[in-house]
Amino acid sequence: MKLLVPVKRVVDYNVKVRVKSDGTGVETANVKMSMNPFDEIAVEEAVRLKEKGVVSEIIAVSAGPTAAQEQIRTALAMGADRGILVEHDGVLEPIAVAKILKALADKEQPQLIILGKQAIDDDMSATGQMLAALLGWGQGTFASKVEIADGFATVTREVDGGLETVKLALPAIVTTDLRLNEPRYASLPNIMKARKKPIETVKPADLGVDVTPRLTVLKVEEPAKRSAGVKVGSVAELVDKLRNEAKVI
Amino acid sequence: MAILILADHDGAAVTQPTRSTVAAGAKLGEVHLLLVGEGAATAAASASQIPSVAKVLVAEDASLAKRLAEPTAALLVSLAGGYSHLLAPASAAGKNVMPRVAALLDVQPISDVAGVIDADTFVRPIYAGNALATVKSSDPKKVATVRAASFDPVPATGGSAPVETIAAAADPALSSFLGAEVQKSERPELTAARIVISGGRAMGSAENFAIIEKVADKLGAAVGASRAAVDAGYAPNDHQVGQTGKIVAPELYIAVGISGAIQHLAGMKDSKVIVAINKDEEAPIFQVADYGLVGDLFKLIPELETELDKK
Ligand SMILES: Cc1cc2nc3c(=O)[nH]c(=O)nc-3n(C[C@H](O)[C@H](O)[C@H](O)COP(=O)(O)OP(=O)(O)OC[C@H]3O[C@@H](n4cnc5c(N)ncnc54)[C@H](O)[C@@H]3O)c2cc1C
Ligand SMILES: Cc1cc2nc3c(=O)[nH]c(=O)nc-3n(C[C@H](O)[C@H](O)[C@H](O)COP(=O)(O)OP(=O)(O)OC[C@H]3O[C@@H](n4cnc5c(N)ncnc54)[C@H](O)[C@@H]3O)c2cc1C
Repeated sequence: MKLLVPVKRVVDYNVKVRVKSDGTGVETANVKMSMNPFDEIAVEEAVRLKEKGVVSEIIAVSAGPTAAQEQIRTALAMGADRGILVEHDGVLEPIAVAKILKALADKEQPQLIILGKQAIDDDMSATGQMLAALLGWGQGTFASKVEIADGFATVTREVDGGLETVKLALPAIVTTDLRLNEPRYASLPNIMKARKKPIETVKPADLGVDVTPRLTVLKVEEPAKRSAGVKVGSVAELVDKLRNEAKVI
Repeated sequence: MAILILADHDGAAVTQPTRSTVAAGAKLGEVHLLLVGEGAATAAASASQIPSVAKVLVAEDASLAKRLAEPTAALLVSLAGGYSHLLAPASAAGKNVMPRVAALLDVQPISDVAGVIDADTFVRPIYAGNALATVKSSDPKKVATVRAASFDPVPATGGSAPVETIAAAADPALSSFLGAEVQKSERPELTAARIVISGGRAMGSAENFAIIEKVADKLGAAVGASRAAVDAGYAPNDHQVGQTGKIVAPELYIAVGISGAIQHLAGMKDSKVIVAINKDEEAPIFQVADYGLVGDLFKLIPELETELDKK
């Protein structure tokens, strides 16, 4: 069976982003970009399923600027077979990405789509659930364990009180949580090999998708800054401050 | 048109984050609460006493028992016609269901609302809370999740709203519930606690977390953890505080052996008072701490436990 894995190009998790002084967004020029960490986990899970013989082909998809090819190449170097870049230079909200992915799923007919639970830039945590709705598929979000057998996916989910396990009829959507696996680093030979793997480029319009944003960003501001307080010399002093100065205990 | 809120409940009452969501919803209009799943009717009796709630809807159909995303979303969509806004707390449950509802209604959801400006305009954190975006939605209906830490919960009692039992929508039957491993704890829930004490990688083992738990019990606090501590198996997954875990804003947050990575700060920097205990005086956590204590946690935490007994 085929597996689709969407990967998003985001500001690297180590970068401390700065809000632009004109309040229109955050500074992304000359900032290190990477694959969204949850998507690395998704690609890793896909590759493991292929290594187990459950999956026959992995297609990595990214929607975004031309440079998002780099993230597709990373997925190919980790073990995906081919890539699709849905090229678009402006804002892509989860509803647009979900519609793009639906169009690709209709064409490619994957049995499983594994996405990240959230992209670490916009932190929406929405695309996977929206795609599941548009396709009319079941969803196993925030997965910490995935097993595929006999036409079903059994997914253990990280939920508020602990863990929960659901069984989904395939085709289905899974979104990854942090504890699903530890993604591999691509080896140099695999990075070389990935250069020869095909990446197809399409536009949202080719897929019949209108990506006009529904949300207008009116302004982006920096949150109120916390300033460092004082160092206390002992546990007794700490407890005294908490009791008598901050009055929180 | 009224505001519909999908409540989180434990079979007895709705959660405190749900009451924070009611506070956000009340800024927009008349609030109706929807409770689904096992125990919904019992919890609804209690929810009907929340003063700013005008009506409580209950659906206890078997297909909804475990609050699976697919039938819950189908129910919300069937009710959506009468509402301008569909809200839920930004809990694991709310985040699972609401984007699905939004897609079925062809709406872009607004996740993690931290401020309500008007019926169309909301403030939400992006980039691990390093920026706050004010966004205006052009969708005819709004579907959003609400960050509980940003809204003071409305009281639990004082009102008397009518309770109405409703039927489920047709079950899409796409998934089934196999089981759950729920952590039962006598301590308060992380997102509702007045005091939180969290341990990091420095705790070294699950057993060592016991020294933090002792202090937690003295303070009536909830126990949290950094991702590193959860990944290492020292603490359960639902203890993770941070950008990709739980967001907390208690009156007092005590970070023990936690370095203060941006992803962790994203989950706790709105706490009223922050205490950091770390042996490295350069640790970034001290940059946000009101009170810092430099030293070995294995010496300081037992001392703290003893000190709390004094007076
Ligand atoms: C102030 C502001 C400025 C913005 N500026 C821009 C901009 O200049 N350019 C721009 O493109 N967007 C911009 N956006 C949009 C934003 O960055 C997100 O792309 C969008 O809202 C999607 O949300 P998310 O990535 O958090 O989705 P989530 O739902 O959190 O993502 C979950 C998963 O969906 C998949 N996924 C999501 N997006 C893609 C994708 N594009 N390709 C492949 N897989 C994907 C991944 O598997 C990901 O892990 C802006 C948003 C704001 C608030
Ligand atoms: C996609 C993504 C999402 C993430 N989401 C989250 C999240 O939601 N929440 C989160 O917490 N992290 C998250 N992280 C991880 C984050 O980047 C950090 O790696 C993590 O927070 C570090 O945990 P820590 O502070 O416990 O460990 P460390 O950074 O290793 O810090 C341990 C600290 O303990 C101190 N110490 C050691 N021994 C002692 C002692 N005996 N006494 C006192 N102090 C001692 C050290 O000085 C050090 O400061 C995420 C990362 C990624 C990539």
